[in-house]
This record gives sequence, C-alpha cells and structure tokens, in this order.
Amino acid sequence: MAKIDAKKSESLTNTQIELRIHANPDYLCVVRTAVRQTVCIFGLQEDKAESITLAVVEALTNVIRHSYGGPCEKPIIVGLNKICCGDKNRPAVEIVIRDFGKQVDTEAIKSRDLDELRPGGVGVHIIHSVMDEVEFSHADDCGTQLRLLKYIT
Amino acid sequence: MADSSCSQNIIRGVRHQGKAMILELGGEIDLKCSAALKAKFAELYKQNPQVLVVNMEKVEFLDSSGLASLVGALKWCRQNDSEFKLAGLCKRVKSIFEICKLESIFQIYDSEDEALS
Repeated sequence: MAKIDAKKSESLTNTQIELRIHANPDYLCVVRTAVRQTVCIFGLQEDKAESITLAVVEALTNVIRHSYGGPCEKPIIVGLNKICCGDKNRPAVEIVIRDFGKQVDTEAIKSRDLDELRPGGVGVHIIHSVMDEVEFSHADDCGTQLRLLKYIT
Repeated sequence: MADSSCSQNIIRGVRHQGKAMILELGGEIDLKCSAALKAKFAELYKQNPQVLVVNMEKVEFLDSSGLASLVGALKWCRQNDSEFKLAGLCKRVKSIFEICKLESIFQIYDSEDEALS
C-alpha cells in the first residue's frame, strides 16, 4: 500500500467542518448526509441544501473519475464554512473540495451543450447552475482545489 | 463498480402489466450504483418492451451518473420504437431533470397509475 505524504494530507485551514474520505463511491452517501445537515445549520432552506448536496456529489464524482482515474484510497477533503464575503459582507456557505490527483487545465473544465441528448457530462453544468461562485485552482504540490460559494441572503 | 449489493439496493423489482414492463427503483442512485442500473436496463432491453415504465417513488437521490443511465434507456427506447416513462419522482429527484433541462424530454408522471393509463 502506498504511503500518503504527510504534507499532502494537511487539512484545509480554518475550516469549521472538514471531511476526509477515500476516493470511493461507497462514501458519497456519508458526504451527502453531512453536507445536507451542515448547510441547513448554516441557515439555508431545505431545497437549497438539496441542490448544494447534489453539486458537491457531482464534484466528488468528477474527482473520483477524472482526477484519480477511478475509485482508490487516495484522499478527498471536503471543507464547509459559513463566511461573510463581498463588499456587503454577505453571509455565504463556502465549500472547498481538495484532491491530490491529476491536475487538469482548469480553463478546460466547462459545461457541455445540453441540447445534445446523450448520457453523461452534465456534472459541471449542475455545479455552475446551483452555486453562485465556482472556482477551480491548482494546488501547489499536486491536485486541484474547487471552491464553491452559495450566498445565504 | 456494479455488484450484486448495489443492484439489490436500488433495483426493487420488475413487473409486467399489459404491454408495459415496470422497473421499480429505490434508494440513492449515485456513482456507486449507477453501473448496476445501466446493467439492469441492458438486461431488460433483451425482452424488447413496448412500454418501459420506471417507478421512482422510492428513489431518494439521483445524481448525473444515475441520470445518464436513464438517458441511455430513453435513447434505446426511441431507437427501438418503445415508450419510456418515469413515474413518481420526488421533488429532490425532479430537480436534477430541471437543472439539466430534461423535464420536457422525458415523459414524467406523478404516479405509476398515471403512467400506465
């Protein structure tokens, strides 16, 4: 079994709630429950909590499939925070998803044309549709960080 | 990723009523189980159903991997002159169809009875 580099396993900083899972679809249900509950605690209504949960699951699915090339024991870290941001200090739910897999060109991560009826490829569209802000960035050592923001008011 | 436990978890049964084949699903359909759903559809295609109704009353969650299986089934039905209907979607599940602008592409009914009538 490969050793996980301690540096690569560092937690997200200043995170109110943090989940660390192996890149295994078996654990998506655990993240769903945690995200749903947390987002409601942070002040969002149930319907928004459901759509945010969906967006997070889509992001994790993309990490498992594309960053890691399939299920494995490498880590995915999900951080959830309630923050105030912007000029008017608006309250928002911030979700950060960190992986340590293959880095892809963040400019190439785009929604596809929905007019074509074909299976798959709508995860990015769902994330952009649900969240107010979506930001992909490359982490210094390896992998990608995805920051999602949903304003509460 | 498709295994018997996934299949048992989400596939609740297959019934026939008249010319319709009814696939009853349940649970949470995500990356863990979507391959099992796709495999089940492939098995059902061999019976060449004239009408394929998917009863989703007990489905609590559906993500894009599950949705992809349904899109695949819709496409098969269209190519084979079969009808494909979804029934009993809860609000949470219906929302992914709306986000992906598929609510008017699929035939969606509030209940299995409405889908069969």
